[in-house]
Amino acid sequence: MLRALQIVFGVLVVAFLILPIIAILPLAFTSSVFLTYPIPAYSLRWFEELVTADVWRLSIVNSLIIGIGATVLSTVLGTLAALGLRRSALPLAGLLRTLFLLPMVVPAVVLGVGMQILLVRLGLASSYTGVIIAHAVLCVPFVVVSVSAALQGIDPAIERAAMSLGAPPVTVFRRVTLPLAVPGVVSGAVFAFATSLDEVVITLFVAGPNQRTLARQMFSSIRENISPTVAAAALLLIVGTLCLAALAALLRRREKRATALP
Amino acid sequence: MGAFIAFKNVTKKFGALTVVDNLDLEIAKGEFVSLLGPSGSGKTTLLMMLAGFERPTSGEIFLDGKPITHLPPHRRQMGMVFQNYALFPHMTVAENVAFPLEMQRVPRAEIVRRVERALDMVRLGALKDRKPSQLSGGQQQRVALTRALVFEPDVILMDEPLGALDKQLREHMQLEIRDLHRRLGLTIVFVTHDQSEALTMSDRIAVFNAGKIEQIDTPQMVYDRPRTRFVAEFIGETNLVAGKVVDAGGERAVVRVGDAALSVCGNVQPGRDVSLSLRPERIRLGSTPAAANALPVTVADCIYHGDHMRLVLKSGSLELVARAERLAGDWPVGTEAVASFDPQDCTVLAS
Repeated sequence: MLRALQIVFGVLVVAFLILPIIAILPLAFTSSVFLTYPIPAYSLRWFEELVTADVWRLSIVNSLIIGIGATVLSTVLGTLAALGLRRSALPLAGLLRTLFLLPMVVPAVVLGVGMQILLVRLGLASSYTGVIIAHAVLCVPFVVVSVSAALQGIDPAIERAAMSLGAPPVTVFRRVTLPLAVPGVVSGAVFAFATSLDEVVITLFVAGPNQRTLARQMFSSIRENISPTVAAAALLLIVGTLCLAALAALLRRREKRATALP
Repeated sequence: MGAFIAFKNVTKKFGALTVVDNLDLEIAKGEFVSLLGPSGSGKTTLLMMLAGFERPTSGEIFLDGKPITHLPPHRRQMGMVFQNYALFPHMTVAENVAFPLEMQRVPRAEIVRRVERALDMVRLGALKDRKPSQLSGGQQQRVALTRALVFEPDVILMDEPLGALDKQLREHMQLEIRDLHRRLGLTIVFVTHDQSEALTMSDRIAVFNAGKIEQIDTPQMVYDRPRTRFVAEFIGETNLVAGKVVDAGGERAVVRVGDAALSVCGNVQPGRDVSLSLRPERIRLGSTPAAANALPVTVADCIYHGDHMRLVLKSGSLELVARAERLAGDWPVGTEAVASFDPQDCTVLAS
């Protein structure tokens, strides 16, 4: 009886989470010009629109440029931060860790306004560099969390063993610490890219018309004219995100297998 | 032969806690020394200081006459074997063993040759392309040992390397390590809390207690002639008997225990209160006195141990534990008998 209730409850929770996503997807294949059910006939015209219409094509390219830029920047910074936070002798380590994770909890609107003011001051408003920096700020916490978890899984004795076998600190890092942390770095990078991909609020504040990303374009297109292109774009984003999530999960499994001892 | 490894007045404090307390220790080249003690006695910290992972708060450490107190671990030429093996999980067995040779910039071809020879020596040649996670605990242990030996370091340090193995495998590895030590003439510093392991393998045992060495001696001396109560109780089982010295001269003394006067070994002053240590297997039980010391006793309990029996004997207020071999017959509870033991088996402890 309890078991049956658990299953029903579980199914309901999953349905609650996933139904809104499923509701929009079939509309990507509609032949109608309206984003509504029922679907008169199926066609791929909105996907065609997505890759041929300048605003959409440009926004996809922008998303990739900004996404890759933000991923590289946040992965480097986040990995360095996680390495620094690992030092037990670091004063105020707890406070610093909280600071690094702050962008996760600060309201995006607050961060967006602050970013805009700062980037204008720096002369980086409405530039790719500006948007990449803004996105990277948002992505860093994901990298810090992911890399920290990977580093925490490394037995300090392994690094000590490397030292005692004649490896100077830089070699220990290059041959032992970094290779063992790589799965964490990569899954952090995947999270960072996914975060940048679906970021709207901060982009609204810091991006100019030339840096309009796919998510941002979807947002404005919903307000201006509700065309099923939005659904096609949504499908693209969801499939992309799912692929990334699968990649991250795969990496985590491999990491577990590689470091687990019987 | 002078000291190869020397600790001089070494103290290590973690905050207010003194873990190693003004300690001196000398180890000769080719010697197998066990650091034995309960957890928290400072033995592991001492090993970590020798490996270079911890700095002494004060004092100096010497290797072959040269101070190494401030030398970083990677320049100390010491192979270390850790409790949980600490193999590199992302490298194969062969890559693990090759690592120290690569650090010494040994030519590639020679690395391959030496790794193969070393792995064959411990019968792991067939597993060289496996990852550590695909090996059993005993195999991982042998890889860790090989990795620490392959670059022919001056000293091998072992931090409870056999703790995670089951009893049979542990005993097998003890003999294997002892054999390697003899064959290769290695200098080994071995940390353990297992007294039988220390007794089996070592040339000398340093018994640690509260940051100090209570006694450093050959296994036989540590067992047969414990200097302190702590050593007597920590190594093996013993009967501790309190008494007063009534007569003494040279290496002999007479100690009054209850109504009985026992002849004992040891240089003590008459009139002092002392503790005696008497190992259970040194007590002979019979119907008549059979040694210089003989006490009439009653068997109060008899515990079956398979290969031997443990007997609890009562003589007045004195209670002794004795070990009776199965061949010596049965000793039912209530039996009256005589417990005999030699003076040299009664060791006077510094109280």
